[in-house]
Amino acid sequence: MSSECMQPLIRVESVSKYYRHRRILSSGHIVHALNGVSLSVAPRSTLALVGESGSGKSTLALCLACLERPSSGTIWFGGRDIAALDEKQMRAVRPQVQLIFQDPASSLNPRFTALEIVTEPLVLQRRWKGRQTRERGFALLERVGLSAEMASRRAGEFSGGQKQRLAIARALSLEPKILILDEALSALDCSAQARITNLLLELQSSFALTYLFITHDLAMAAHIADEIAVMNRGRIVEQGVPQKLLDSPEHEATRCLVTATPQSIMTSRISGA
Amino acid sequence: MATSRHFSMRTGDFEAVLEVRNLHVAYLSRASVPSSVIVDVSFDVRSGEIVGVLGESGSGKTTLAASLLRLLPSNGKIQHGSITFQGQDVLQAEPRELESLRGKRIALINQEPSVALHPTMRVSDQVDEVLAAHEHLSRKARRERLQKVLAALFPTETERISSSYPHQLSGGQRQRVLIAQAIACGPSLLIADEPTASLDPATQREILSVFENVRRRFGVAIIFITHNPSLLAGLADRILVLYAGRVAEFGPAENVLFHSLHPYTRALLACLPPPYGTSAVNRKTKLPVIAGASPNVDFLTLGCRFEPRCEDRFERCRTSEPVAVSLANEHGVSCFKFGR
Amino acid sequence: MRFILRRLAHAAFLMFGASILTFLFASLAPGDYFDEMRLNTQIAPETILALRAQYQLDRPLPERYLRWIDSVIHGDLGYSFSYNSPVKPLLLVRARNTFFLTLTATLLTWGLALPLGVRSAEYLGRLPDSLISWTMAALLVIPELALALGLLLFAARSRWFPTGEMVSVDFSSLSPVHKLQDLVLHMTLPLLALVLTALPLLVRHVRAAIADVLEAPFMLAARGHGIPRHRLLYRYALPAAANPLISLFGFSIGALLSGSLLVEVVMGWPGLGPLLVEAILSRDLYLVIGGVLLSTLFLVIGNLIADLLLYWADPRIHADLVAK
Repeated sequence: MSSECMQPLIRVESVSKYYRHRRILSSGHIVHALNGVSLSVAPRSTLALVGESGSGKSTLALCLACLERPSSGTIWFGGRDIAALDEKQMRAVRPQVQLIFQDPASSLNPRFTALEIVTEPLVLQRRWKGRQTRERGFALLERVGLSAEMASRRAGEFSGGQKQRLAIARALSLEPKILILDEALSALDCSAQARITNLLLELQSSFALTYLFITHDLAMAAHIADEIAVMNRGRIVEQGVPQKLLDSPEHEATRCLVTATPQSIMTSRISGA
Repeated sequence: MATSRHFSMRTGDFEAVLEVRNLHVAYLSRASVPSSVIVDVSFDVRSGEIVGVLGESGSGKTTLAASLLRLLPSNGKIQHGSITFQGQDVLQAEPRELESLRGKRIALINQEPSVALHPTMRVSDQVDEVLAAHEHLSRKARRERLQKVLAALFPTETERISSSYPHQLSGGQRQRVLIAQAIACGPSLLIADEPTASLDPATQREILSVFENVRRRFGVAIIFITHNPSLLAGLADRILVLYAGRVAEFGPAENVLFHSLHPYTRALLACLPPPYGTSAVNRKTKLPVIAGASPNVDFLTLGCRFEPRCEDRFERCRTSEPVAVSLANEHGVSCFKFGR
Repeated sequence: MRFILRRLAHAAFLMFGASILTFLFASLAPGDYFDEMRLNTQIAPETILALRAQYQLDRPLPERYLRWIDSVIHGDLGYSFSYNSPVKPLLLVRARNTFFLTLTATLLTWGLALPLGVRSAEYLGRLPDSLISWTMAALLVIPELALALGLLLFAARSRWFPTGEMVSVDFSSLSPVHKLQDLVLHMTLPLLALVLTALPLLVRHVRAAIADVLEAPFMLAARGHGIPRHRLLYRYALPAAANPLISLFGFSIGALLSGSLLVEVVMGWPGLGPLLVEAILSRDLYLVIGGVLLSTLFLVIGNLIADLLLYWADPRIHADLVAK
């Protein structure tokens, strides 16, 4: 099943985003967070977005999730340009594109219980009745590996890995088509990272999800992604399958990332530097 | 290569800068039932070597770092054991002696760089404060020393950085300032707790080489605490693996990383995405994970703490805790698979 | 620099607005200075009218305001009916007296509040903190009026302290040392009243600000560097906790002329307060306006100083947002 044959789920065309730093009595200077970014993500696939800090990855994520509006360009999703929607229309689109953040501690209210967190979106959507909502909440928690007894515990008591599972469960409650993971694993230990990665792989097949996996961990990106796009200073400088990118990187930025990855240091030391 | 220097030497050839024996640290909760966070930890650090402490969250690594300088919070207590630094007993030291130990002979970097620096003091002032606290030098001499330290860490742009405030610096630069503060008074031991946690790979690599340089130039011994094994490859001379507050394994870096003995170490290293993992795994398939949950400090168990999640466990593991066994090449492990 | 200019422009604008409002309200209050005279049947209505015309009280409001502004710019604050003298020298003398009192009080209050607050925060929850906090709470509960009256009573009964006035009648004939002693004796009780009322709130603020900062990671890091305790508190914690305290300091300066009104009136200190009260009661228009405006000026200056201090003390406030 090659991804080229299918219609891309989301297509970004020449998206740019400028921030203007204003000062009184001067025109201020412009920060180009995104500078003509184009990419497309095939359905049920994983695209990894890698790059240094400040390369624009998170800005792109915010634009895709309709939390920021691009200064120019189009984003095709579900048959329309979501960059050009008004607030009301955007609210209808947002459930379909969900964002998981790096720091679960600040994206989850520590005083809410797990069940409350997971059912809050359902309650707000008013699609289900009381008891059904609770049942659905329990089912979601179980699906991400949190047992029923954890449902009544407050989020503040959970470990990092558990918090991320909770964040994923909450995102899933809205039945999204695409999940954007913005450095979602970076704050976790190695073993927790492995477990959450496995969970994500499992969920991808059972919920038919598409992932945009933003990270600066090239090794993890290579393991989990169908394609990797490298960002540098607001542009996509190289894109391709992981094997090709790792074996023969073309762009300078890609090469820097490949050699900087701690994994590659390990490998080179093994081979006897 | 740096590590080979230690393989072929016997103990005693290198002077131990720090010796920790049978350390027990616990936190007293309100119910006044102490929960042991560090149990029977013993290791040593030799002059000029880099010891990596590998531990995940909950392993007790930060408590270990704090204990070495007796900087535990008010509910933490060192119950048992000894910490000897260059022959001096740290646990019996007077407060005045401790203050002269901290920052001057043992330096600690244990917070995120973005919050470990005073927000409204210039970089030069912050490093100068450390110098002023310990070195009784004339103002001129102090300024020279300050220049030297800052130049060592910021070979270009020394002036600009030195007059900047922390919020004007990048993450990597802030980390360098912390390192400058740490080495300003020429300590013999530097303890770094997750110094590269919030940095991107390129900056991480930079900071790792800064540590290597510092070791090479100033002969400082370094304890490098992290949860990421790949950071220690090529940096650490010896590695100590911490699990549930106990030493699982301790030995030369190459041995611990590539010929691990303890089941936990093996399982942990297998979790890493390839190309590293010890088992050959295909792309986009599940990674081998350590079954079960992280150890709960409040549970008092009789047996080995890793036993519930261990694939190689046997009956004995449930009833008694293994003690450290020293094998060839000074490679120690606490596991019943290796005798006793 | 741009920041400073902006603030100065704000301040000027504020003063201008205050002058209009003060003039308006004072003038619109029913009656004027000469109303008292109407009760006196011996004075003919025409005399009153003539007096009014002489002081231009019969002109329309905007005209009066413009004339007044014009004279203010030329340094003349108007004429006081009751004292039969220009307003400015009256105000200045009384303002000076008030300054003596409030400046000393402010310095004392801050001088006490900082160490007390720091000590309280350092020993948070323990004995020193409890002692200080309870004492402050008790002080907070006592109304300023009660305290002032109580002290006055004490002075009257014990005769250790004079009851009112700034200096004794024979002040000018005293030797310099005795002059100082006389001043101090007179100042002590009003000072006590002011300091004891202002202290509790300030100590609480200092305590809260420092306690917050003591938990910060950079404090732990500094401890790890072996920075001695005293330096940790005064070179690390206090500057980091300075922001809210600087704002309060600005208020302290702002209240230099206006905060002591009650104490002055009750305890008889010849400052701006009693003068203003009298002037208001007797509808001495220009004195009232002049006095209020002077107080406002100080409030504005106080805020300005606070802003400038904040700007200077915390480099993050004027940080550029240029990406590295």
